[in-house]
Amino acid sequence: MNLTLGTLLPTNESPSLPAIQTATRQPVTLTVNGVKTELQLAPWTSLLDALREYMHLTGTKKGCDHGQCGACTVLVNNKRINACLTLAIMQEDTQITTIEGLSSLDQTSSSSKLHPLQRAFIDHDAFQCGYCTPGQICSAVGLLNEGHAKTADDVRELMSGNICRCGAYPGIVAAITSVMDSQPTTV
Amino acid sequence: MNSFTYARASGITQAVVERSAKTDAAFIAGGTNLLDLMKENVARPTHLIDINHLPLTTITSIESGGLRLGALVTNADTAYHQQVTQRYPLLSQAILAGASAQLRNMATDGGNLMQRTRCYYFYDTATPCNKREPGSGCSAITGFNRIHAILGTYAQDQQVYCIATHPSDMCVALAALEAVVRVTGPDGDRTIPLAEFHRLPGDTPHLDNVLQDGELITAIDLPADGFPDHYAYLKLRDRSSYAFALVSVAAALDIQDGQIKDARIALGGVAHRPWRRPDLEATLTEKAPNKTVFQYVADAMLEGAQGFGHNTFKIELAKRAIVRALLQATNRPSAV
Repeated sequence: MNLTLGTLLPTNESPSLPAIQTATRQPVTLTVNGVKTELQLAPWTSLLDALREYMHLTGTKKGCDHGQCGACTVLVNNKRINACLTLAIMQEDTQITTIEGLSSLDQTSSSSKLHPLQRAFIDHDAFQCGYCTPGQICSAVGLLNEGHAKTADDVRELMSGNICRCGAYPGIVAAITSVMDSQPTTV
Repeated sequence: MNSFTYARASGITQAVVERSAKTDAAFIAGGTNLLDLMKENVARPTHLIDINHLPLTTITSIESGGLRLGALVTNADTAYHQQVTQRYPLLSQAILAGASAQLRNMATDGGNLMQRTRCYYFYDTATPCNKREPGSGCSAITGFNRIHAILGTYAQDQQVYCIATHPSDMCVALAALEAVVRVTGPDGDRTIPLAEFHRLPGDTPHLDNVLQDGELITAIDLPADGFPDHYAYLKLRDRSSYAFALVSVAAALDIQDGQIKDARIALGGVAHRPWRRPDLEATLTEKAPNKTVFQYVADAMLEGAQGFGHNTFKIELAKRAIVRALLQATNRPSAV
C-alpha cells in the first residue's frame, strides 16, 4: 500500500487539464488503496480520469476508454470493473484498489513486497510492452477473488475482457494459473 | 461528453418524480452502455439520476414459485446466484456468454434490458441513422451490415427504416423463459411481458422499447419453470469470447417419456428484439425430439427472413443454429 498518497493534494490546476469552470466542480471523496482523498471534480469525470489526472495514480491505463480493452481495470469493493465506464462521483462510498495498492510493505526489510500475481507475471514473462499489464493483473486478482476459474480454459474465458496487443497471452495464462494452483481459494 | 448535472436518488418514488420533471434526464445504474454512448455523443442527457442506492439489489423467491431479480442486481451476481444456476441455467449461461467479467460486474439486470444497439452507424454521429436521428435515413441497409437484422425489419408501409439488432444475450434467455418486467412510473406500477418489452423498428426505430417517459424498471420476474433439464444457449460470433452474437439461440425443452411437452426457442442477433414464434414452438409438442422436427421448425422460423448483403449468411446460420441448440438441449444430461 502506498502510504504517501494521504499527503497527495488534488492538483486540479494542472495546465494539461481541460478548462472546467470551477462552479461545475464539486467535492468528491474517493477511497483509493485504503486512503481517503477529497477531490474537486466535474460530474462527468470518469473514475479512470480521476485516478490518473487528479490523483496522479498513472498505473491504471487508458486504452480504448470504451470498456473494450480492459487496460483500466481496477477493483471496486474487491470486484474488477472498467474504470473508464464509471463516474468518479458514483464511487464515493466504495473501496477502490489500483495496481499501486496491490503490493504490501515487507516489515522485515522495509521494502515493498509484490503481490503474488505481480511476481508471477515477472516469473512467467507475461508481458512485452507492459501497457495492458496493470489491467491484466488487477483483472486476475478479481478473477481469483471470484473463484469461478478452475482450468486454464476458464482463465482464458474469464480474462477475455483484457486485450494484449503484444500477444503475451500464453505467459499471462501461465502466470495466473500458477497463482491459482498455489492458492486455490482466494488471494 | 457533454456537461450534465448529477444527483443520487434516495428513493424509488423520488427518482421517478425527478426523472419525470426533466425530459433530458436519464437514470444511470451500471453505466456501461450509457456512459459509452455519452462519450460518443450519441446520448446527451443534461441530468443523470444515479439509482445505484435504491433498494433493488436482491434476488428473492416470489409467490408464483418463480424468482424476482432486482433491477440493480449485477449480471455477474445473477449468473452465479445459486437459485439461478440450479433452476435457470439457461439464463446463467446466456449472461456468461455476454460481455466481459469486468462489464458483468458493473452491468445491472435492468440496464441489460435498456442497452442500445451496437450498429456501427448508430454509434457514428457523422452518418445518417433513423434510430439516432429520426428521419435521417439508415446507413446500414446499403452499408456494412454483417451484424444486422434479418427478421422483423419491415414497417407496415413495407419500407425498411432500421436493421439494427438488440445486442443482449440475457434478454434472449429471458424471452425463452417468458420473464416479466416490473416497472414503476409517474402513473404507477405495471408489468410487461419480456416478449412485449422490446419493439420492432417499424417506422419509429428511435424507440427501442415500450417504456413510457419517466418509467423505471424495478425487477424482472422469472416464472416457476426454468427448464433446468433440457436447455442450451448457443452463441455464434466472430471470436469465441467477448463479442456480440451474429446469431444466438436460447432453446428450452420439457421432455417427458420421450415426448416434447413444451418447447421454447428465442433467437438473438437477428432482429430488433429477441425473436420468438410460439406458434411454431407449439408444433413440437407431443413430438419425439429429433433432427427432422427441429429442422422443420428452424426452416419455418426463418421463413420471410431477408438479408441485406453482408448479413445474408445469417439466414442459413440461424437455421443450423436452431437445430444444433435444440439437439444440445435434448441431449443435455439432467441438470446439477
